[in-house]
Amino acid sequence: MNVSSVKGSMSISSSTSTWKAGDTISDQFPAGLRVLVVDDDPTCLMILEKMLIACLYKVTKCNRAETALSKLRENKNGYDIVLSDVHMPDMDGFKLLEHIGLEMDLPVIMMSADDGKQVVMKGVTHGACDYLIKPVRIEALKNIWQHVVRKRKNEWKEFEQSGSVEEGDRQPKQSDDADYSSSANEGNWKGSKRRKDEEEETDERDDTSTLKKPRVVWSVELHQQFVAAVNQLGIDKAVPKKILELMNVPGLTRENVASHLQKYRLYLRRLSGVSQHQSNLSTIISAQDPTFGSLSSLSGLDLQTLAATGQLPAQSLARLQAAGLGRATAKSAIPITLVDQRNIFSFENPKLRFGEGQQQHMTNKQQVNLLHGIPTTMEPKQLVSLRHAAQSVGNMNMQVPPHGPQSSQNNPLLMQMGQQQQQQQSRGQILVDSTINHAPRLSSMGQPILSNGMATNVSSRSGIPENIRAPGYSQTPSMLNFPMNHASELPGNCFPLGSTPGVSNLTSKGAFQEDVNSEIKGSGGFMPSYDVFNDLNQYKPQSWELQNVGIAFDSSQHSNSLQGNLDLTQSALGQQGFSSGQMNGHNRSAAVASKAMFSTGNVKELRSAQNVNQHLNNLLVDNTIRVKSERVCDASPANIFPDHFGQDDLMSALLKQQESVASSENEFDFDGYSMNNIPV
Amino acid sequence: MESKHVNQQIAAMRQSFFDEEVLDEFFSQLEQLEDQNNPNFVEEVFTMYFRDSTTLLETVEQAMKTISITLAKMDKILHQLKGSSASVGANKVLNEINKTRQVLEKGNLEGTKAGIWEMRKEYDSLKAKLEPYFQLKQANSVPQEK
Repeated sequence: MNVSSVKGSMSISSSTSTWKAGDTISDQFPAGLRVLVVDDDPTCLMILEKMLIACLYKVTKCNRAETALSKLRENKNGYDIVLSDVHMPDMDGFKLLEHIGLEMDLPVIMMSADDGKQVVMKGVTHGACDYLIKPVRIEALKNIWQHVVRKRKNEWKEFEQSGSVEEGDRQPKQSDDADYSSSANEGNWKGSKRRKDEEEETDERDDTSTLKKPRVVWSVELHQQFVAAVNQLGIDKAVPKKILELMNVPGLTRENVASHLQKYRLYLRRLSGVSQHQSNLSTIISAQDPTFGSLSSLSGLDLQTLAATGQLPAQSLARLQAAGLGRATAKSAIPITLVDQRNIFSFENPKLRFGEGQQQHMTNKQQVNLLHGIPTTMEPKQLVSLRHAAQSVGNMNMQVPPHGPQSSQNNPLLMQMGQQQQQQQSRGQILVDSTINHAPRLSSMGQPILSNGMATNVSSRSGIPENIRAPGYSQTPSMLNFPMNHASELPGNCFPLGSTPGVSNLTSKGAFQEDVNSEIKGSGGFMPSYDVFNDLNQYKPQSWELQNVGIAFDSSQHSNSLQGNLDLTQSALGQQGFSSGQMNGHNRSAAVASKAMFSTGNVKELRSAQNVNQHLNNLLVDNTIRVKSERVCDASPANIFPDHFGQDDLMSALLKQQESVASSENEFDFDGYSMNNIPV
Repeated sequence: MESKHVNQQIAAMRQSFFDEEVLDEFFSQLEQLEDQNNPNFVEEVFTMYFRDSTTLLETVEQAMKTISITLAKMDKILHQLKGSSASVGANKVLNEINKTRQVLEKGNLEGTKAGIWEMRKEYDSLKAKLEPYFQLKQANSVPQEK
């Protein structure tokens, strides 16, 4: 028998293609099915083993549950199905069943001499594929392969339905992990990689025929629901079944939740391990350059966690403030923003202190009124500094995120931004939009940003990409580039967002710095920083990655190295191309970061485009915020997005920035920013 | 022939097990698993069975003597015995175990004691019957292998 080939085809974990519905299965199947049998009774174990061998299966036996688990863990793809006894001395069979379902998601068959209805029911509710009564007949064992086929088929179908968001998510996650530990370079690499992966995934999503299995798309909302459910149950007691029930999402299966939970747990573990800095976020921020990638990831994660805990907003704010929009906080801020995007929005408003009327805009969320978050106080100053741009971009992004879902995932952020921007943002939002929208959009936006009239830009947002409003962004049409490269242009605000399209929005901000002043005024784009944060927060979970990235960028940005940061973020984000280099320094980083965050994180990592947008928004927000901080302290890259979360912080940062910027920005008077009014 | 005679003897013994319902169909299943590679599979299984269940049975008997034994614990042990006895096809033993478990569920300690005593009887009887069977079988097969 060609066991190896059969096995190969049977190996569930590997090529799913084998299991595609309707796929031809090896003729030798089910021969060679890899079975793990667990039973504390040696007699039974011996008999079962013999029977399974007689069925032509490949058998591995254990007499202890712990042994079985470790065997499964060390070779995740080494088994196709597990047979377990219910009553075992070291671990309850049902507990083992749960573990396997959660960690490996393999079909499990329970066995017992006990045929009581209760026990059998328990088996069913815990997710056992089947329940065999001892003494087990060999005939019963002959058919266990059906469970393997069925499971594969279901999983594949799930993927089809939901799209491969998970994959996208997973990638960022993985990158995140790597990010944490790796230096910026890695982050960069990851970002791009993620970006690519995400793109691929997106493509594959539709193409279920590929090896990829359709995955559930863990949108921000969905993830928030998930996190809420987990928190409600308590992280230790959160089992997929209960989470599924709490979430009550049609079409979601326990397997989806289980795998997502697993990832989430890993994420939390990472967070605790990595972020020890102030609520994780700060660490991210501080990480700045080298760690952008990691930080970003952290921030993203942190944000998530934070978001989960609902602490983000506060924290973010605090952080933001604390960081002085310093990068450190920025990071956290960003993550928070991302995480709590939703929350942040509300949260943002306070931040908007700046008196923005925009905050109100923000409420529109839709438009990512980044400006919302960005208290119009950003005003002239902010505007001036590209930061605003960045922020607005961020805001825009952020705002976009709310729409996120709307925009078709790809650049939901951008789009949103654009949409929002138009409304509100005319301010820097546009920047955001543009950046967020990935470059393509940017092009359209690019102009808006470009300067001068942020307001104009903002208004031009309509095209979203254009949202970049470039109120000041005008500098660079490149703003649209987001690749913040323009950073140089931006007086400091240049958030090198230039990176990815979405991100670039942020950058444009930076670029705007010069123009910003003028632009910001009208466009309130600067405000975006606040908004951005808000948005960022909004985007949360998904933009974890982004956040981190953004934040990372920001912090790093601070020093003209923004670009670098952005790059990092970008790489982290994978896409965003913040060519933060632009930022003249402060803002750039922020802008870049946010962009990077968005772009990189968003693009790829965001499970869906939405996420990206979110991230972007977040980034933008961050950026904007940072911008402010940057402005204020030029050197405070860290400030860039100290905390997306803390819109307030952002606002203050923005304000500060604005003040520091003092350049014409004062004209901007963000208060009236409510995007609509871009007091140019 | 001597071997033929022994074979007949073995077959007769085997049949008696079924007739007396000492063993049931699951024993046949085990026999089916025997092949050239594992000529003594059934014996090996029973060796293992006897080893473990002896311990279990003794534990149960001890437990009955102890005052502080909990019924749940008893049930657990009996459950184990049930599983393995059923798997090897030890029919009568299994029946006694089931009876005892039912009595135990009702909380009848005395009844449980009696049940366990019956279990022990059947168990020893099975062992006594199968051991010579296997020995004979083993002896018979050896010359053939030569």
